[in-house]
Amino acid sequence: MSKPMTMTQKILASHAGLPYVEAGQLIEADLDLVLGNDITSPVAITEMGKMSRQSVFDKDKIALVMDHFTPNKDIKSAENCKCVREFAIRHEISNFYDVGEMGIEHALLPEKGLAVAGDAIIGADSHTCTYGALGAFSTGVGSTDMAAGMVTGKAWFKVPSAIKFNLTGKPSQWVSGKDVILHIIGMIGVDGALYKSMEFTGEGVKNLTMDDRFTIANMAIEAGGKNGIFPVDVLTEEYMKAHGSRPYKVYEADPDAVYDEEYTIDLSALKPTVAFPHLPENTHTVDEIKDPIKIDQAVIGSCTNGRIDDLRTAARVLKDKHVKKGVRCIVIPATQAIYLQAIEEGLVRTFIEAGAIVSTPTCGPCLGGHTGILASGEKCVSTTNRNFVGRMGAVDSEIYLASPAVAAASAIEGYICAPNQDQTIVQDKE
Amino acid sequence: MKAEGKAYKYGDNVDTDVIIPARYLAIQDREELATHCMEDIDKDFVKKIKKGDILVAGKNFGCGSSREHAPLVIKVSGISCVIAETFARIFYRNAINIGLPIIECREASERIDDTDEVEIDFDSGIIKNLTKNEEYKGQPFPEFMQKIIKAEGLVNYINSNN
Repeated sequence: MSKPMTMTQKILASHAGLPYVEAGQLIEADLDLVLGNDITSPVAITEMGKMSRQSVFDKDKIALVMDHFTPNKDIKSAENCKCVREFAIRHEISNFYDVGEMGIEHALLPEKGLAVAGDAIIGADSHTCTYGALGAFSTGVGSTDMAAGMVTGKAWFKVPSAIKFNLTGKPSQWVSGKDVILHIIGMIGVDGALYKSMEFTGEGVKNLTMDDRFTIANMAIEAGGKNGIFPVDVLTEEYMKAHGSRPYKVYEADPDAVYDEEYTIDLSALKPTVAFPHLPENTHTVDEIKDPIKIDQAVIGSCTNGRIDDLRTAARVLKDKHVKKGVRCIVIPATQAIYLQAIEEGLVRTFIEAGAIVSTPTCGPCLGGHTGILASGEKCVSTTNRNFVGRMGAVDSEIYLASPAVAAASAIEGYICAPNQDQTIVQDKE
Repeated sequence: MKAEGKAYKYGDNVDTDVIIPARYLAIQDREELATHCMEDIDKDFVKKIKKGDILVAGKNFGCGSSREHAPLVIKVSGISCVIAETFARIFYRNAINIGLPIIECREASERIDDTDEVEIDFDSGIIKNLTKNEEYKGQPFPEFMQKIIKAEGLVNYINSNN
């Protein structure tokens, strides 16, 4: 008789070569992929240089993506990329993505088929939890863990307990994955899932697109979660088949698995939601905002919301409209493939005609790197994932986190708002 | 293993963007990087702390980005230990992996005030407030993590075990 496990625990048990694991247990797990970017990899490379073994465990199971301060914003960033580039050549790393091939890592890896259901993945980037959308265990770590992972192919974990989110119903037309996850973070707080898995389940999952699920899993870390994870369904399998050929393995939580807490969320009851400065838990629905919040900038992009569904939604709102004078609207497709698709579908034309700019893929403004830094006192509505003090520029600038629909509508009006009724009629979310 | 020094206190949810803002992340020199430690939350931090001092905070210390630069600048700036009610999990891992001593203790996080003199015994988890003459019991590390900390980080630990 086996003891019940959560979905995350089953993946970890299998990667640790154990029949059963329980919350709190320390294990060593085999890794399917180790990820780093242009900020975290140079530190990992330095740490790896101090190790007695100097070879990588598997040149095909390491991904290095130059996405944060690229195209190189200054000399130091250029030196960092050069360091990673030389490392990738020296160790014949198969999945090194430089300018021209790179995209924002958490949009790029699933697109390239490098993350699939059943995988155990670590990445030296906190939003590595994104691949939970595919039914993988994936979590953010630091550069030293990345270095150890590159050499040994293993990482130590404390097996997490879990919170279960039972999703029901279907979101209304202007409500997306971003509103779902902001609602959840508002409900449980930025440390509400500290050290824990967030397991999303229920009949409502089928009403969320893959891009919605990526957005939700991506922000598990903003509730303190170790990982966020979705069950594998028809949509997941279609996505994986369309994006790669690696075999995947489907794990399911046992029906009698034990959870610390359980929540039921009716997706049809959710409304467009915004997180006010300076924490993602400071959420308000747009219709609760009484005094207009004037904005200076709108950012539509990032590992949270730079995928094709996000750009389509933003374009639907901006079509035949114009960005308010005095507002800068910055659209950043997350990968080259998404960028090209946005051009082919006419979305880029819509953005440019509306007075927005369209940038090459980059993390850029999300972490205050480049391409949209805020001046003192400025306010930005952004589809990114963090609104911490000084995150996007000056210490006294402000970030309001929102969905692509809200960011686009706000760019048109010049203050934070959701798309109006006319646009609701135009849109048909099937 | 012990630490002793003057405490400097901050609130809940101190995030890695204020510990070390991203605008400095291209800097590879750790001493230069550490001159910007805590700059966006306390611009005098670097000036006022002395080697051995202790950082005290509330819940979810180190939330946000996975940047190892955050525990690194705290360590390089001279802080001997961070006490918090809870730590964000990536920061917790990173601190252990680079050999920055940290300890979770709700009572200490609540009771210790700015500039109190504090002593920590990592083996027992006992935190002494010398100014207030009080004692708090923190959570000692599991044996496995203690080994990493004693090796001064994961790299040395792996080297000595392979």
